[in-house]
Amino acid sequence: MARPICIAITAMGGQGGGVLADWIVSLAEAGGWVAQSTSVPGVAQRTGATIYYVEIIQVPSGVFPVLALMPVPGDVDVVIAAELMEAGRAMQRGLVSPDRTVLIASTHRSLAMVEKIKPGDGVADSGPVLAAAAGLSRRFLAADMQAVAERAGSVISAALFGALCASGALPFGRAAFEAAIRDAGVGVGGSLAAFAGGYDAVLAPVQEVARPVAGAVGVAGPAGEQAAFSAAMRRVAAEFPSAAQEMLGHGLRRAADYQDAAYGHEYLDVVARFAALDGAENGFALTVEAARQVAVAMAYDDPIRVADLKTRASRAARVRGEVQAGADQVVETTEFMHPRVQELVATMPAWLGAALERSGLATRVLRAVFERPRRVRTATVWGFLQLWLVARLRPRRRGLLRHGREMAHMAVWLGAVERQVGRDYRLAIEMLACRRLVKGYSDTHARGAGKFDRVMAAVALVEGRADAADWVRRLRDAALADEDGTMLDGAIATVRTLEHPAHA
Amino acid sequence: MAERSFAREVQDLRLGAGDVFRGEGILAVTKALLQSGVGYVAGYQGAPISHLMDVLSDAQGILGELRVHFESSASEAAAASTLAASVNYPIRGAVTWKSTAGTNVASDALSNLASGGVLGGALIVIGEDYGEGSSIMQERTHAFAMKSQIWLLDPRPNLPSIVAAVEHGFALSEASNTPVMLQLRIRACHVHGSFAAKDNREPGFSLAQALENPVRDPQRIVLPPASYVHEQEKVRSRWPNAVRYIREHGLNETFEGDVAEVGIITQGGMYNGVIRALQGLGLADVWGATRIPLHVLNVTYPLVDEELVGFCAGKRAVLMVEEGQPEFLEQALNTVLRRADVATRIAGKDFLPMAGEYTAQVLGDGIAGFLGRYAPEVTLAAAPDARPVLAGALAQALAQTVPARPPSFCTGCPERPIFAAMKLVQQELGPHHITGDIGCHLFALNEPFNIGSSTMGYGLGSSSAAAFQVPAGKRALSVMGDGGFWHNGLVNGVGNAVYNKHDSVTVIVDNHYSAATGGQDLLSSRAEPKGRSTNHPIEAAVRGVGATWVRRVDRTYDVARMRDVLREALTTRDAGPKFIIASSECMLNRQRRERPIFAAAVKRGKRVVKPRFGVDEDVCTGDHACIRLSGCPSLSTKPSGDPLKPDPVVAIDNSCVGCGNCGEVAEAAVLCPSFYRADIVHNPGRVERVVAGVRQRVIGWLQAWRAARVLAVG
Repeated sequence: MARPICIAITAMGGQGGGVLADWIVSLAEAGGWVAQSTSVPGVAQRTGATIYYVEIIQVPSGVFPVLALMPVPGDVDVVIAAELMEAGRAMQRGLVSPDRTVLIASTHRSLAMVEKIKPGDGVADSGPVLAAAAGLSRRFLAADMQAVAERAGSVISAALFGALCASGALPFGRAAFEAAIRDAGVGVGGSLAAFAGGYDAVLAPVQEVARPVAGAVGVAGPAGEQAAFSAAMRRVAAEFPSAAQEMLGHGLRRAADYQDAAYGHEYLDVVARFAALDGAENGFALTVEAARQVAVAMAYDDPIRVADLKTRASRAARVRGEVQAGADQVVETTEFMHPRVQELVATMPAWLGAALERSGLATRVLRAVFERPRRVRTATVWGFLQLWLVARLRPRRRGLLRHGREMAHMAVWLGAVERQVGRDYRLAIEMLACRRLVKGYSDTHARGAGKFDRVMAAVALVEGRADAADWVRRLRDAALADEDGTMLDGAIATVRTLEHPAHA
Repeated sequence: MAERSFAREVQDLRLGAGDVFRGEGILAVTKALLQSGVGYVAGYQGAPISHLMDVLSDAQGILGELRVHFESSASEAAAASTLAASVNYPIRGAVTWKSTAGTNVASDALSNLASGGVLGGALIVIGEDYGEGSSIMQERTHAFAMKSQIWLLDPRPNLPSIVAAVEHGFALSEASNTPVMLQLRIRACHVHGSFAAKDNREPGFSLAQALENPVRDPQRIVLPPASYVHEQEKVRSRWPNAVRYIREHGLNETFEGDVAEVGIITQGGMYNGVIRALQGLGLADVWGATRIPLHVLNVTYPLVDEELVGFCAGKRAVLMVEEGQPEFLEQALNTVLRRADVATRIAGKDFLPMAGEYTAQVLGDGIAGFLGRYAPEVTLAAAPDARPVLAGALAQALAQTVPARPPSFCTGCPERPIFAAMKLVQQELGPHHITGDIGCHLFALNEPFNIGSSTMGYGLGSSSAAAFQVPAGKRALSVMGDGGFWHNGLVNGVGNAVYNKHDSVTVIVDNHYSAATGGQDLLSSRAEPKGRSTNHPIEAAVRGVGATWVRRVDRTYDVARMRDVLREALTTRDAGPKFIIASSECMLNRQRRERPIFAAAVKRGKRVVKPRFGVDEDVCTGDHACIRLSGCPSLSTKPSGDPLKPDPVVAIDNSCVGCGNCGEVAEAAVLCPSFYRADIVHNPGRVERVVAGVRQRVIGWLQAWRAARVLAVG
C-alpha cells in the first residue's frame, strides 16, 4: 500500500532546521512529488529543542494524499538530528525504530544549560546515546557535521542535507539535491561545500584526530634552570614507580613552569613522602593522586600566574587562532581584571601584607584607591607592561604573604592524609582528591576553599567505617553539584545520621 | 521590522486564477483574505499567527492597490474593536491573534460585537496555541465561541480546506449577522502545502464610502432594551440562518465506509491524525479512503443537529474525536441524539484521554479501543508502536543522560545582564518576591537565573505585585517587557501603581521590539518604519501617568550599573513606585540589521571592528561561575586537555557576537580574570598597522627579556 516517506528533523532553535526542511520540500516538489512540512517555531526557536516534520509522496493524477502533521512514533523513515543529544531525544520520543528508521546524526555536542552550570563536570555521557543509536535504528550514520560545516564556512543544515543524500534514503540523485540548494539561492557556495563535506563524512567517517598530548616538552629559559629541570625529570624516572611517572611528569612541568626548577624539586620531595608510604599492591594509586593534587596545590592561582600566562608569546598566537583572525587583521586584546585589596595584600612580602591586613584604616584606604574594575589593553605597550611587571614578581613569590598561607594550608592537609594512609588507604586517596574543590578566584575561590574545609572536617565523621572513602567521594560530588553548597549541606547532614563505628 | 522578511512571500499574494500558491498555512489564509475582498485587517502578533501579521506588514504595496487597510493593533482588544467597522457597513474585516491568550484580552469587544451582530463579514483568525510547542495555558477557544455565540470553524488542515474556510467564513458571517472564528492549530498554521489561487478582489464597499456616508442603528448597540433583543435575535434568527448556510453549502463533510454499524465524528483539525491512525490499523489509505465512516465537523459551533442525527442513526456507536477539555462537543452530541431519540451509543473521552494533544498514537489507541468494544468483528492491523522499543534497556538508559533543553535567551541577549544583576543584588540583599510577565524575559524562570514567582498575563507583571504593598523589610520586584508595557502595562501596571501609591519596584525591559513574538515594532521602537509612528520613549509615558522615581539604564550590558540601580530602588527611602527602564536592542534583530551592513563594509575595504570574547583556558579553573551568571549559549565548556584539571574549562564559540556581557559579569561579580575581549580590526589603516607593528616589537622584546630569565615548560 502506498505510503509517504516520513522525515523528522530534531534540532535546536537557530540551527537552521527549517532551512533543511524547506530544501527537502523543494527537492521533492522538483521531482514531481507532493511534500508537506510542518514545524513548531514559536518560542522553541529561542535555542530550545524543536522538531520539523516532512512527508513526501509520489501522487498519481486525480488524487490527493492525506498527510500527517506530526511524526508517529514507530513510523518514521528518516530522522535527522542536528546534535547528538537531540538524536537521543528523538529516540526517547520513539521516532527511531529498528525495522524502519535511518538515523542521521551530528555527533557534536552543544551543551545544555544544566550541563554547563555545575561547578564540576556536568557534561552528559554520550555513550548511551551512541549505543542506542546503533542498536535502535535500521541504519545509523554519524559524523561531526558542525565541524564539517565550519570547515566549509557554512551552517550545519547544509552538511546534514549532504548526509541525507549520501544515505540514499530518498529516491533522488545528488544533482537534484544540489539543485534544491541552488534554487533556494541563499549562501549557495558555502552550502554546496558543506553539502559535499556532509556527503563524504557519513560515507567515509574521518577518524577523530586525537588532541596532541603534551608529550613533547618544550623547555626554555636560562641554561642553569634547564639543567636543573632535566635533573628533576631524571629523578622522576629514577626515584618513582613507573605507574606514577606520567602524572609526575605533568605535575613537575606545572610546578617548574609555575615557579622554577627548584620548585619542581620541592614538588618531587613532597610526592616522594607519599610514594614511600605506597606499594605496588595498590598500583601506586596514592602516589598518582598525590602527584596530581600536590601539583595543583603548589601551582595555586594567583595574580602573578595570571599575569605570567597572559603575557607569554604563545598566548597572543592562541588568541588570534581562537578568534579566527586573518593575517591582514589587527587584533587588540583587552583583559577584564578586578583585583581586590585581598589580592594586593597577599601579593606583598609576608611581613608587610600581614601588617596592612591588621590595620583597618590601611585596608580602607587601599580599597578606596586601588579597588576598581580594570580593563587592561594588553595590545598596547603600557597595558602589556602592567601585567609584565606583575609577572616579574615571580622569582620573589616564595616570600609573599599568599605563599606562606598556601604552604601552611597544604601542610595541614597533607599531614592529615599521611596519617590516614596506614589506617584507610582508599580514604587517604579521596582526601587528596578533594583538592579539586579549591578553584577559581576571589569569592569563588573562598567558596571552594570553604567547601574543601567542610569536607575535610567531615572526614572525622566517617573515619573507621569500611565505606569511609565512598562517603568522602559522595561529599565531594555533592560539593561540585551546585554553587552554594546546598547539596553538600544535605550530604553532610546525611553523614551525621550515620552510626559512627565508635558507638556501634 | 520583524525578525523574518517576507519580501518573497509577498509576491505570492499577487497570484491569480490559474496559478498555484505554495506555502505555509497562515500565508494561505492571508491570500484567501485578499481573494475574499476583505476591506481591513488588524491583529496582534504571536505564535502561531505572527507570520500573517508580518507578511501583511511587508505587503503595504499590494494592500494599497486593493484599498485594504492594515493595522498592527496595540492589543487583541484593539484588534477586536476594529471589527466595529463591519457592524454598520457591508465591509468584510478580519482580525487575528494567538488564542486563548489573545481571546481573553479581546473578550470585551468580542462580546459586544457578537451581541449586536454584524452586517459585513467579520472573521477572527485564531491561532490555537495548544499542545506541543505551545507557550500558553492549555485552554479551548471553543468556550468563547459558545458563550458569546460566535461561530467556530475548524477546517481540515490542508491548504484548500483552509482557504475555503476563509471564503465561507465571510459568507457565513454575513448570512447569519454573526462574527465567525476560524481556528487553526499550531502545525496547521505552519503546514506547507499548495492550493489553486484565485484573483484578488477589491472590497465592494470601501471604508472611505462608509466615512463619507455614515450610517447608525441604535438597535446594534448593547444598551437596554436592545441588548435583550440581541439575545432573542441570536437564537431566533442568527443561529437558524447559520445552520441553514452550513447545510446548504456542505461545510461539514461525510466520508462513507463499509463498516457502517459504527462511525467517527471528528473536529476538522483532527482529520489528518484520524486518517493516519486508521491507516495504522489497516482501515484507511493515504488517499483518505476509509472503512470506518467519518463525519468531519469543519464547523464545530454551531452543530447541525440534522446532519449528526443522519450520520448516527442506525449505527451501534460513534466515537467523538474532540481534542481538549471540557468535552463540549461530546456533551452536545449526547443532547442532540437524546432529543432525536436516537439510541446510538456515544463514545469519546472514555476511549480517548480527557486532556492533552491527540497525537496519531493517542488516536490509534482510542480508535482501536472503540472498535474493539463496538465492532469486534473488524480485524485490526498492528499499528506502528514504539512502546516495546522504548521499554528496552537501550532506550531507558537515555533518560539518565539526555538533558532537558528548554528555550532560553539568545546569544548576546541584552536581557540576560538584567537578570545577572538581579542575581547579584539578591546575593547582597537576600531573596525577593519577583513577579514575572509575558515575553522573552520569562525565560529567567529557568537555569541559570531561577527568577520569577508568577506570571499573570501580558503587561501584568507590575500589577501582580499589587497585594504586596504593606510595610515590610523587603520590596516586591516586578519585570515587564516593552511589548507588555504598550499592550497593557502602562495602565494596569504603571498607572495602577502610581494611583495606589505602591512601594514596589518595576523593571521595564526595553529591547526596542516586541521580541518574543518575532521582533515587530512598537511605539517605543527606534526604527522608523513607513506608515507607523515610533520613537515614543517609555520614560515619557511612565512620567506622563505620574511616576516620579524613574531611572534609565541605557546599556543593560553594564551589569554593575544595573545592579547598583536595582539596589538603589530596593533600598531607597523614597516612597511611591520605582521604575527602572533597562534599554538595549534585541540582539537577534540587531544582528539581522547590522550583519549585512558589516559584511558590506568589510568587502568595500572600510575599516571596521568586530569584538569577540574569549577565555584563557589555562587561567580558567573550571568552576563555571561565569556561566551561572550569564547563561549565554555561546559560553560553553570543553575538556581542559590538562590532566591536572579534571573539570571542563569554559570556552566561547564562534557564535559570540561580542556583546561583552561575560566580561562585565566577571567584573561586576569579581569572578576571575580569564575573560578577554579581542577587537578584530578588518581593513586596518596604514598608520594603525605601523603602530601595531611597533607595539608588537616592544612587547616581543619584553617577552624575550623574560624568556631568557625564567624557566618555561610547555
